[in-house]
Amino acid sequence: MATVTLTIDRHKVTVEQGTTILEAAREAGINIPTLCYLKDLNVLGSCRVCLVEVKGARNLQAACVTPAGEGMEVTTNSPPVRQARKTALELILSDHPYECLTCIRSTNCELQALAESFGIRRVRFEGERVQKPLDDSSPSIVRNAEKCVLCRRCVAVCEKVQTVKAIAPQNRGFATVIAPAFEAGLARADCVFCGQCTLVCPTGALHEKDDIHLVWAALADPKKHVVVQTAPATRVSVGEGMGMAPGSIVTGQLVAALRRLGFDRVFDTDFTADLTIMEEGYELIHRIETGGKLPMITSCSPGWIKYIEHFYPELLEHLSTCKSPQQMFGALAKTYYAQKAGIDPADVYVVSIMPCTAKKFEAGRDEMSSSGYADVDVVLTTRELCRMFKEAGLDFAGLPEEEYDAPFGITTGAAAIFGATGGVMEAALRTAYEVLTGKTLEALDFETVRGLEGIKEATVDVGGLPVRVAVAHTLGNARKVMERIRSGEADYHFIEIMCCPGGCIGGGGQPIPTDLEIRAKRIKAIYDVDSKMTLRKSHENPAVQELYRDFLEKPLGHKSHELLHTHYVQRKRHQNM
Amino acid sequence: MFPANPQYHYEKEVEPKVISSMPTTPEPVLARVDSIIAQHRETLGALMPILQGIQQELGWIPEAAMHRVAEALSMPPDKVYSVVSFYTLFSTKPKGKYVIRVCESAPCHVEGAAAIIAELEKQLNIKMGEVTPDRQFSLEFTSCVGICGVAPAIMVNDEVHGNLTPAMVSQVLSKYK
Repeated sequence: MATVTLTIDRHKVTVEQGTTILEAAREAGINIPTLCYLKDLNVLGSCRVCLVEVKGARNLQAACVTPAGEGMEVTTNSPPVRQARKTALELILSDHPYECLTCIRSTNCELQALAESFGIRRVRFEGERVQKPLDDSSPSIVRNAEKCVLCRRCVAVCEKVQTVKAIAPQNRGFATVIAPAFEAGLARADCVFCGQCTLVCPTGALHEKDDIHLVWAALADPKKHVVVQTAPATRVSVGEGMGMAPGSIVTGQLVAALRRLGFDRVFDTDFTADLTIMEEGYELIHRIETGGKLPMITSCSPGWIKYIEHFYPELLEHLSTCKSPQQMFGALAKTYYAQKAGIDPADVYVVSIMPCTAKKFEAGRDEMSSSGYADVDVVLTTRELCRMFKEAGLDFAGLPEEEYDAPFGITTGAAAIFGATGGVMEAALRTAYEVLTGKTLEALDFETVRGLEGIKEATVDVGGLPVRVAVAHTLGNARKVMERIRSGEADYHFIEIMCCPGGCIGGGGQPIPTDLEIRAKRIKAIYDVDSKMTLRKSHENPAVQELYRDFLEKPLGHKSHELLHTHYVQRKRHQNM
Repeated sequence: MFPANPQYHYEKEVEPKVISSMPTTPEPVLARVDSIIAQHRETLGALMPILQGIQQELGWIPEAAMHRVAEALSMPPDKVYSVVSFYTLFSTKPKGKYVIRVCESAPCHVEGAAAIIAELEKQLNIKMGEVTPDRQFSLEFTSCVGICGVAPAIMVNDEVHGNLTPAMVSQVLSKYK
């Protein structure tokens, strides 16, 4: 490994050749501020916030794009550097609305934090401000171009991680705007509403559609029986939004806090995750035994579903017909549960707490009203829920741990791991093995399908049948798998695909920041949740067994088809034509 | 577009910016677009020559043409629009047969461009940025065209007219009428 040695602020630093000044400084524990920079994804040097002095250079250099050179002398903190950074920030602020107090990203905004740390008390430049229409055309994501600093981090994630390319810079100079083609709304683009752009947006230019008011109204309505479900990934992320360390497991506090908001029942999406394993597991077995379409691909992730509908509509038959756990929950809450509790289903109001912006879109799909009502009434992202907790003045970390309500609060570890990439696969394998072989599975941890590698493959011996499986997360990796299916190279039986990096724990509705390191901590937490559960296999969930006994009869039965399965839509590309 | 769940309202569609005066681009026009695409699609970096070809052939680039180009080059349409909207010589609106570009740089300004503009607007009965109803003339600004020695200057398509006075404007226009 060739190295270079340079001095940064009089510290000698030796780094691998090709390392930028910015990364070299970070390795040495010297922090250079950045705004447009996103490691490995968006390295443009355009915002000029990372300017440093390099001895002998004609002018200040952007540390994020300048390679460290042998013998280089870098100063990251001198009067000219501070002045230049300040000027750059002032110029950005001169075209930014001063709406910090009312902004959805207030106190969690990179631009605000930079202005604060540079002590900017006045912006010397006054002039015209860009005026752009607010794009709230989509059910999931709001685009406010007036708050955009044109860093292009959203474009980089959409293009390089998700390969969706729904947005790009349009026009030039002052008129530049990051938008779908022809500056249309996101609803008209091939946007899958994954919300990864909202995670990397440094300001309030891209954010989740805020539906809190609907939930407050429902909670205040005495006629409504308001039930809430919490997605697997939220129990290891809500804590972050409430000021706790990344990877904090807060299941008990989450339940307690939801009760304090006034929900009539606090249920768990993990319950229908277990149910998904039953339905999807039997569907897989059925397909293998009857020569059905293989490989079968999971259908829990609504961003992934919209992606395949747009980009691979001819391969929709590969999708499992199972609804996502969120939608199974909604359909059962307004049928089985309402019946059991003796409540008019018209009065049952279902709120979902999801790590996901695309879930809002999913809840609004035509197919998702098999109970005779909108199966799920409102979807809140983790971020929105944290705002409700703050509004209610809850001391979240100090709350006593409470238990979920029966029956939809009885769950297994197999369901919890749905929140991490590979989790659905692992849960399915645990059940498939035992159902097919009739033997008890000794080693429950399928390490080969865990972790942050983009595409994971394994062959699992299930009672003499070698089951070939693959697990992919991010749509970029999903695309690679789909191309292999299209060309006939893929010989898998079962594939798990999750839209977001790391799976749902890295979803577009999760607390900001959500970076690689934080994703890894949440994943570790979710496997900790699993390992501490008494029940760790979906088919052992007694409430699921009771549901089949009293209501559904059997997996893939008539009622299941009616309530728990769905169909997909072939979507055209570029509907804005 | 996303019905079913009454909690979600999507009435506030953000309309696409490009609204051409032709609601749909007729097939014969698209056929011309297709032949331009066919000429260049195999060349490396085909996007620019194709867009230049369409601009030259039609005088503007309709939205439907951008979709054709996107499809032919396996590019998302936002990338095509990104390029079209970046360069001022690409137009997303129909222009006149003769595009009159008035230099807006300092030397022409000092030498009386304002009076030339006023006269052009009066003679053509349109404002800067507009097109005559018969689609014969468009009026627009341009940055310096590099002939400050004969300021104030205008360009009519590729032809330069310098040392202008308001009195000369009708004479220049008559060449193209």
